[in-house]
Amino acid sequence: MWEQIRSNQTRSVVLTIGMGALLILIGYFLGAAFASAVAGLVIAILIWVILSLVAYFQGDSILLGMSRAKKIKPDDHPRLYNVVEEMKIASGLEKMPDIYIIDDPALNAFATGRDPNKASVAITSGLLQKLNRDELQGVIAHEISHIKNRDVLLMAMCGVLLGTIVLLAWYGSRFLIFGGAGSRRSSSRGGGGQAQIIILIVALVFMILAPIFAQLIYFAISRKREYLADASGALYTRYPEGLASALEKIGASTGQLKSANKATAPMYIVNPFRQKGMKASDLSSTHPPISERIRILRAMAGASFNNYDQAYRQVHGGRGVISTASLTAETVPIATVKLEGEAGELNETQRARETSDVMWRLSNYKTITCDCGAKLRVPPNFKEPQIKCPHCGRTHQV
Amino acid sequence: MPVAAWVIIGVVVVLAIVLWSLYNGLVRLRNQVKNAWAQIDVQLKRRTDLIPNLVETVKGYMKFERETLEAVTKARNIAVQASSAGAGERAKAEGELSSALSRLLAVVERYPDLKANQNFLALQEELTSTENKISFSRQFYNDSVLRYNNQTQMVPSNVVASMFGFKAGEFFEVTLAAEREAPKVSFTQ
Repeated sequence: MWEQIRSNQTRSVVLTIGMGALLILIGYFLGAAFASAVAGLVIAILIWVILSLVAYFQGDSILLGMSRAKKIKPDDHPRLYNVVEEMKIASGLEKMPDIYIIDDPALNAFATGRDPNKASVAITSGLLQKLNRDELQGVIAHEISHIKNRDVLLMAMCGVLLGTIVLLAWYGSRFLIFGGAGSRRSSSRGGGGQAQIIILIVALVFMILAPIFAQLIYFAISRKREYLADASGALYTRYPEGLASALEKIGASTGQLKSANKATAPMYIVNPFRQKGMKASDLSSTHPPISERIRILRAMAGASFNNYDQAYRQVHGGRGVISTASLTAETVPIATVKLEGEAGELNETQRARETSDVMWRLSNYKTITCDCGAKLRVPPNFKEPQIKCPHCGRTHQV
Repeated sequence: MPVAAWVIIGVVVVLAIVLWSLYNGLVRLRNQVKNAWAQIDVQLKRRTDLIPNLVETVKGYMKFERETLEAVTKARNIAVQASSAGAGERAKAEGELSSALSRLLAVVERYPDLKANQNFLALQEELTSTENKISFSRQFYNDSVLRYNNQTQMVPSNVVASMFGFKAGEFFEVTLAAEREAPKVSFTQ
């Protein structure tokens, strides 16, 4: 039931091979148009290999660095740490992922790391304060599913392929249009002028179409992985409503994540670039529409892949999203209904305070709680030995 | 060499490979079950470690709940004793502990002072999370046992399983009554 989701990867692998074929073709035509087809191939593959190596070894630190994520320790935010550990246990992940917080009011979260033993999850401070425990669990389960299903590596590699194709096509088409004139004249003196022109035209058409195809394939893979991560998340928590309700809160907000970029978009729980009122069109988005994801989760009669697949077919129509090999007849009941306000659950104000405390602490501010109830934030460059409470005038030792 | 000999060698080699992979598959699943069990063990132990702390913190506030507190301490001691027993017996003892804890946390509601106690709030988060971790690790354990048992019973791996003595695993089921009473720390009025 757990590893079986791997069989779903065959379709993703086929699509990835399709993208690889596009890259090889583009290199071939580009080479044929300029000098030799083989040289074009070699250059295309060289660029791809270099970018892949960078993405493989440095991808997660680049991503975390770009999003200005700060790593937290268990004591910084016990609830978040606990929820991640709960999901680590539920998914059977061997190693506890690192946890990062991004100081951003936008509501989003992502997972990264090239293999399940070297993974990280990051969440924005906005989302952290917005979600109650069950919802947080749903979101973290979705992210852990990305790690467990090895989506992070898959999407990084697909992203690199796409990037290489776009790069080559962009420069290639510009060279063909503006810089290719000279070489064309010189070669048309020879006998193969006619053939050369045909190759040029084919190459040009290909330069224009390849990035579009690559992008569509990339989006298709990404959307599929999102559905699968939702399904696994529901299975891990046995409580699809948690994720559904979190998605509802996320969907209601429109803040765009400042630090996201196109290459990293598939790793987030929802598309970081969505805009209000924009109904994500089916083919040109990294994520399925939020409303549809919510409806599928809410239509689940149990928490198994089978139930998700049924709900998917009911909401979305057409063939299911999970391959038949992973569908088992066993029933997995949904956990008993949990409600906000129980289990010493903090309300939103308390959560906001808790989160801002963590953010200050991560910026090396000291917090002194005055007897009058005021909280003093002492910046790291504050040199005085004592500080006066601006509220009641008591002095405190720093 | 005659063709027949080659065919026989080929069949033997293929059989050996199949046997080898089936055996390895079973070992992997059995190890997963073991690991999953160890994970439950860690969490159950963590819960028994948390309880004396909880009782100590709560005692000062709950002067009139001696019986409830004693029940928790007693259930904890029984659970500690049962920790070396098999899955079935242990599940029973842990179920008792869960329901004793839930009774304690239900009466907490009557003591608003306790809610303001930072120490108690931190303990409560730990306890809630440990309960969750117990049920998630149990969930993973039972799934692992199911997969392992299926593998030991299904053709063709059942042949390998009986050849090398792979025994079916025991599920960790908490009795339904106890399950329903799993500590719900509720402060809503």
